[in-house]
Amino acid sequence: MAYVAVKGGERAITNAHTWLGEVRRGDTSVPELSVAQIREQMSLAVDRVMAEGSCYDPDLAALAIKQSRGDLPEAIFLLRAYRTTLPRFGASTPIETANMAVQRRVSAAFKDIPGGQVLGPTFDYTHRLLDFKLAAEGGHEVPPAQVSEEIMPTQLATIAQVFAHEGLLEGDPVTDASEQPYDLTREPMAFPADRDQRLQALARGDEGFLLSLAYSSQRGWGSTHPLCGEIRMGEVSVGFTPDELGFEIELADLPMTECIMLSGFAGSAEQAPQYTRGYGLTFGHNERKAMSMSIVDRALRGRELGEEGQAPCQDEEFVLYHSDVVEASGFVQHLKLPHYVDFQADLQFLRRLRREFFDAKAKALAEQTAHMKEAAE
Amino acid sequence: MQVQIQSIQKLFAMTQSYTDEFVDNALKDSAARQGWLSTLAKAPSEEVLKHWEDVVAPESQVLRPAETGMVMVRGRTGGAGNPFNLGEMTVTRCAIRLATGETGIGYVAGRDKTHAYVAAVADAMLQSSVWHDQVRDSLIEPLRQAADARRDAVSRKAKATQVEFFTMVRDRKA
Repeated sequence: MAYVAVKGGERAITNAHTWLGEVRRGDTSVPELSVAQIREQMSLAVDRVMAEGSCYDPDLAALAIKQSRGDLPEAIFLLRAYRTTLPRFGASTPIETANMAVQRRVSAAFKDIPGGQVLGPTFDYTHRLLDFKLAAEGGHEVPPAQVSEEIMPTQLATIAQVFAHEGLLEGDPVTDASEQPYDLTREPMAFPADRDQRLQALARGDEGFLLSLAYSSQRGWGSTHPLCGEIRMGEVSVGFTPDELGFEIELADLPMTECIMLSGFAGSAEQAPQYTRGYGLTFGHNERKAMSMSIVDRALRGRELGEEGQAPCQDEEFVLYHSDVVEASGFVQHLKLPHYVDFQADLQFLRRLRREFFDAKAKALAEQTAHMKEAAE
Repeated sequence: MQVQIQSIQKLFAMTQSYTDEFVDNALKDSAARQGWLSTLAKAPSEEVLKHWEDVVAPESQVLRPAETGMVMVRGRTGGAGNPFNLGEMTVTRCAIRLATGETGIGYVAGRDKTHAYVAAVADAMLQSSVWHDQVRDSLIEPLRQAADARRDAVSRKAKATQVEFFTMVRDRKA
């Protein structure tokens, strides 16, 4: 069936967008938000937009949040669209999170992890009571953060390094340093997916979707019995080797959140039992996402670890085909765009079906009546 | 995709003329250069431009105008294993040449083209004995110190949130 082009609606669309601009601004007696204010004071929203927008640039993410009226999936879409306009200079040297300038590092599994439990700027242990001081006009004095006389060690051993000598945790060996990892921005999703492809998809994946999958896993749909080995958040140096220089320079120290989730023992005739691991990594401070990602990453390793599971979080096609918020949002929301022709075709078909239904019914009734009449006679 | 490949190829052709000569020079003192280029790349644009006002720069010819693009940031599986693509970051680059022949390359995080241009000019000046000390003292050192101070402050704030565990011993006789 051919598509029929229908023109019209330009004026309505223009007027709708003008009104959108007015609604975005809100009550003009209230001062307008600046992009810098969003970047500084809505920083976790900015972090989420950068993580799922798959593009680190706090100013762009803040602008996207302002433009989208705070609708984060819409802001993520805007950032993804923008990134397609830029050329790619190359790829960084793989980062070393072990050298992170740690602001927060906790291990729920191992109390005495070397370097200690460092809470950082966390919502944990707050009472979740609304703080009306923040609603006060004109601002209130923010007490400065305490500073210690000591500094943090420049390198904190990871949970993997701590137990490496005993082999209690599985390692993550570099099996092929020359290998170019799968790149979903250049290649389409393909199955079976290797772990590099899965991790990229999860890193860009919708936080809500991954959170629910991780939750479903914890509640028994493909449980991996996770234990939080380590969460760390802080700045990680990104190195890059420009072609014209021929040596590596550091481009930035980017804030990132990393989670290593420990999970069920795997063992076989050849392999001594040891903890397996799930991995989560995101731009910015985004713990819920990093933790969810690590649980889902571990669940998706079922094939490799000889686990037979049918739960949603273990099914890589189900997870990876549905984790992208831009794709999911686009496909669901395209339904609101004109489907006039589909509906018209459906209507014709439906009318015919109903006509046949009622005709058949009338015929049956007539036959029945005739039959009864015959019997009575 | 095709357009991107073409533009990358075009770029290579453009830069090839000075690349070869440049790599030879750079290798002689790449460690020091690595240091100042990293400082310039990481510093906030406002800070770079503020300190740049104290530098008297010679005339330069732009070899490649400032251009914004992206670098794919790679993580490692499990934290130390095989690489995977985490996501991109915006980066701006620029190449210039001083009248005295030094080529400067600026690669900076973010989208500020003036920042990238300044980084390129500073890089070229730092390679010249005439300007090296001035740029080091007026630009690189203040930027480095500011970065160190920021890192130090964050580190001390983090340290102040470290949990000190203590064990309560119950006296059974009491």
